[in-house]
Amino acid sequence: MTALKRAGIGIGIGGLAAVAIYGMDSIDPYRVYQLSTVFYIAIAAAGLTVLTGLNGQLSLGHGALMAIGAYTTALLLRRYTDLNPALVMAAAVVSTSLVSIVVGIAAARLRGPYLAGATLGLAVGLPGVAVRFSGVFGGDAGLSVPSIVPPDTFSTLPTEVWFAWIGLIPVVITYVLLANLVSTRYGRDFRAIREDEVAAELHGIRIARTQVTAFVLSGACAGLAGCLMAYTANLAAPAGFPLTLSLEVLAAIVIGGIGRLPGAVWGALIIVLAPDLMSSLNDSLHLPGGVRAQLPLALFGAVLIVAMLGFPHGIQGALDRLWRLRAMARRRSNEAAA
Amino acid sequence: MNYFVVLTLTGLAAGMIYAALALSLVIIWRATRVVNFAQGALAMTTTYIALAVIQATENYWIGFFAALLAGLVLGAVAERFLVRWVETGPPLNAVILTLGLLLMLEAVVPMIWGAQIRSFPAPVSIAAMEFGDLSIALSPFNLFTIGAVLLVVLGLFFLFRGTALGLTMRASAFAPEISRLLGVRVGRLLALGWGLAALTGALAGMLVAPTLLLYPNNMDAILVYGFTAAVLGGLDSAVGAVIGGVVLGLALSYIGGYGGGDLESIGALVILIAILMLRPQGLFVSGTERRV
Repeated sequence: MTALKRAGIGIGIGGLAAVAIYGMDSIDPYRVYQLSTVFYIAIAAAGLTVLTGLNGQLSLGHGALMAIGAYTTALLLRRYTDLNPALVMAAAVVSTSLVSIVVGIAAARLRGPYLAGATLGLAVGLPGVAVRFSGVFGGDAGLSVPSIVPPDTFSTLPTEVWFAWIGLIPVVITYVLLANLVSTRYGRDFRAIREDEVAAELHGIRIARTQVTAFVLSGACAGLAGCLMAYTANLAAPAGFPLTLSLEVLAAIVIGGIGRLPGAVWGALIIVLAPDLMSSLNDSLHLPGGVRAQLPLALFGAVLIVAMLGFPHGIQGALDRLWRLRAMARRRSNEAAA
Repeated sequence: MNYFVVLTLTGLAAGMIYAALALSLVIIWRATRVVNFAQGALAMTTTYIALAVIQATENYWIGFFAALLAGLVLGAVAERFLVRWVETGPPLNAVILTLGLLLMLEAVVPMIWGAQIRSFPAPVSIAAMEFGDLSIALSPFNLFTIGAVLLVVLGLFFLFRGTALGLTMRASAFAPEISRLLGVRVGRLLALGWGLAALTGALAGMLVAPTLLLYPNNMDAILVYGFTAAVLGGLDSAVGAVIGGVVLGLALSYIGGYGGGDLESIGALVILIAILMLRPQGLFVSGTERRV
């Protein structure tokens, strides 16, 4: 598939989603909110796919990187209330990338469980900074973030629907860019290092530099996701970035299939919609409220375990296989016809 | 009393808890080359079990030993029924599996016992001791903590160094195939290793809860501290893990005491990154093999 084709598909899917959102005028605001959530989780999951799936580095700190994007957004908007959202998103990407360079340089020297442990420390430790320097970051209560107000031409649209429109743009850009990157030299270098570091080095790939690149790219996605998250929730607070957020993003890429970019979209959809799907199950089983609230997380944990035991390629892996089987069947029937 | 001495004594007691968790990570790492990220969640679970038993029997000690037993069983079950199937696969899969276990335990426990913060009883007072006018920063519970961890550490050292069972456990971790050929039931011993590790973790959970309270993710930070302590010791050395725990306990006590308590978790992160960058083989291990 050529890069142009790939971009075309991305924009096509984006266009379809746009039409869907346009028709959402009358749909209840909660659905629209969910859609915005799917968007930012999908962006974070795409970033983690590049890092963990293609490059083989496992990060448990993506929740913390999202926090950096969200706080950048909140701090910027506190000073410049009317700043263009595109500029805010760019600023969130830049600030998170800068932090990612530091973390990435440390991470490039770490392997496997050591990297996971260090990024786990980041996820657990970083919210403490927001509490410690509460004068800047607002402590436990966090900082509020104003909504994006639709311009006059679209002033009939509710704010959430307008924001879902806006949120679609960075999703399409992220996926088109990453999908193209995967098939370039960078993507091949990432995969080569994941498969065999020594062989990759012998082929002239600069291991450390490539790994830092992958980490920064992935961190930039997390920062963008954090910015969208702050806009969606109208808030940047330490409680929004628990360790479970990082693990949910991880669950998204595992569910979709590690290392498969379309899988990240499936995973994000399931992570966000699962609590809803389960609430109808809860209603029929009459489960108490405490159980109800925890059921999704328990399910994600179980999914991580079951996936590792039996389905390491996730949903997109199964789809790819179906696709191949169909292609094979078609070839066979063509041969039979000939 | 001199503030520095106070911080040193309380840091020592906290360090013993980190040492216990670090030791449990090291035992599993040496047995199966997996870092068990669910170790903290397992300890949290056994502490909830202890609380339920204590409330039912009104006896702290029955709950205490119930937690240790629950740790032994949970650890062995986790190895036998989950980890064993991914041990031979890519290392990433085993890590993701233990993370799934962490997520699941932190969700299932509040389903059973509720998510609210709970107080947890201590067998002895947690208030600082006083002799006449002189107040010593240590509480009787601090002394209990130090004593209990020392006892378990010495017990484990005796087991691994001084008994035939410990020898076969080390053999089956070191060379599973050869041990199998010599008639050792390697699988059972690996499960026992996980069980003993979870027992040590369960002790840490019991010692954390009276002062830091009990809630579903109360061990998240302690897990990071335990991992940092284990890395300080080189992740492969049991002695190193214990020393690493004490060193980290002291360091975090000084950071928290002079800089503010919120800095402890960020301080641990800085120490962890620094040690991984500068001396990844740990402070107490000589050797140049690349592991990190």
